[in-house]
Amino acid sequence: MQQLTLETLIAVFEEIFGRVLFWSMVGAAVLITAGYLYVLIRDRHLSARKFLLAQMFMPFGAVAAVVFVQWATHSGLSDIGGPIDWIVLLGVAGAGAIGSAILVYTIQSLTKGRQRAAHMEGAK
Amino acid sequence: MTDFNFKPSRRGFFGLAGGAAALGAFGRSASAQTMVQTKAKIVIVGSGAAGTGLVNRLVQRLEDAQITLIDGRKDHYYQPGFTLIAAGLKPAAYSVSGTGDWLPSGVTWVQDYAAAIDPEAQRVTTQGGEAVDYDYLVVATGLKLDWDAVEGFSLDQVGENGIGAVYAGPEYAARTWKAMDAFTDTGGVALFGRPATEMKCAGAPLKYAFLTDDYLRRKGTREASQVIYAANNAGLFSVPVVDEKVKLLFGEHDFDARYSHILTGIDTATREAYFRVPESKQINPDNTVSVTPERVEKITYDFTNVIPPMRAPDVVRESGLAWVDKWIGQDWLEVDQQTLRHHRYPNVFGLGDIAGVPKGKTAASVKWQIPVVEDHLVAAVQGREGSAIYNGYTSCPLITKVGRAMLVEFDYENRLTPSFPGVISPLEELWISWLMKEVALKPTYNAMLRGKA
Repeated sequence: MQQLTLETLIAVFEEIFGRVLFWSMVGAAVLITAGYLYVLIRDRHLSARKFLLAQMFMPFGAVAAVVFVQWATHSGLSDIGGPIDWIVLLGVAGAGAIGSAILVYTIQSLTKGRQRAAHMEGAK
Repeated sequence: MTDFNFKPSRRGFFGLAGGAAALGAFGRSASAQTMVQTKAKIVIVGSGAAGTGLVNRLVQRLEDAQITLIDGRKDHYYQPGFTLIAAGLKPAAYSVSGTGDWLPSGVTWVQDYAAAIDPEAQRVTTQGGEAVDYDYLVVATGLKLDWDAVEGFSLDQVGENGIGAVYAGPEYAARTWKAMDAFTDTGGVALFGRPATEMKCAGAPLKYAFLTDDYLRRKGTREASQVIYAANNAGLFSVPVVDEKVKLLFGEHDFDARYSHILTGIDTATREAYFRVPESKQINPDNTVSVTPERVEKITYDFTNVIPPMRAPDVVRESGLAWVDKWIGQDWLEVDQQTLRHHRYPNVFGLGDIAGVPKGKTAASVKWQIPVVEDHLVAAVQGREGSAIYNGYTSCPLITKVGRAMLVEFDYENRLTPSFPGVISPLEELWISWLMKEVALKPTYNAMLRGKA
């Protein structure tokens, strides 16, 4: 490759998932991230309890992301051939894990509403 | 030390979001190039990957130039996709778009095929009789698949009776998949090979052999099958280090390689392919020479992928622009292999498959060739010499199964020229190389067509 521009990169992802699915995913990712930032700012702290539950979803997110990418590219685990393949696979899994954790945390915060740290401590 | 007290707030959040949006909007700044003012008449014959990619770059460099593109074909084919179509992974439509969709405004598209090129009069005449004069000519016609050279074969047979023809086009690639899918259900003898002429993407015949082998294995019919690869000469790939690797893979996959086999004909009724095996000489231990005369070999198959000899289109062959002492009977354009400029007519350039250079008949090569022709052409318009050089870069994502490939890249000197040295090994079967072939290549290609990469 001679030049790798943002435009090329976007075109690559549109090609992988299809234009509608890709931009829907970008939209979902932006919304979830915005929601996450919103609840962080609203609550003014990171709830350890919610974060713990969110962490428990990370393995599921990791596996789901890998399965999704393999489905989209007609490939499987047996195609992993060298170190770079493992790095790419772990990157995909990592992204899935972090994404699902943020998603679960945000959903909890939005559905359970605003909760103060002191209130949570008192509830123990 | 400054006391930085960050207090998150709703206002802060919206400020942050706004800043991010602004960054996104203005982060992509257009690279401005100085436009060259000219009245030059530039004619590009052919609107494939080469012609389209070049015209989109020229309009970014030249102002007021009269650029004419001559091609009668309405469909644009993404040819690297043919293998994926023939492997049942993409529909035929995957490789088809409209020629007109890619052409910039301000360019004249003559929707007819070039019938004659007169480099002395500097004129191209179309089949419909329209004459277009030029100051500079870029020949980007692509090549001709000489199906008639395979006796007994016709394209209407593709898809039936175990006949495939991946190169013939998207629909034929889809029909090839139909035949390969049916064949791999039961197994049998799969026959592959390549022509003795120069050819586009010399890795494609190998890829298709590997893919068929993969489907046989997935369907559990490999044990009852034989995969034969009839090479045109003593090698499997022109780059020695890749050739060795492919030979090792052939061993691992239990392929039966036959060498110096040149396909001459096919009998689709009896499923027999005929090959000419040229005369060979061998030095014996007692220093005498034994000669094996030329012979015809017959190989019976259940499924085959027919690849015909490839030559220059008639319009180039008859133009007087072809090599006269090289590639006899193939008639590639006589250009300098570094500048792609014609040896005898300096206002003529050759780009893409038609260029008479060793290697380079791939879309990836075109991507490297376009900036070279652009540089020399724009320089010529300005009355100076260009400096860009094409080093023979050719790339071949050599698929070895569905899900794995080797990203083989090399130059004129048979040196491996990996795009990601130390990260993506060229001779290793990798998933990431497959990902590149399956998903990253087409967008990169499309960006090239738009003159953006």
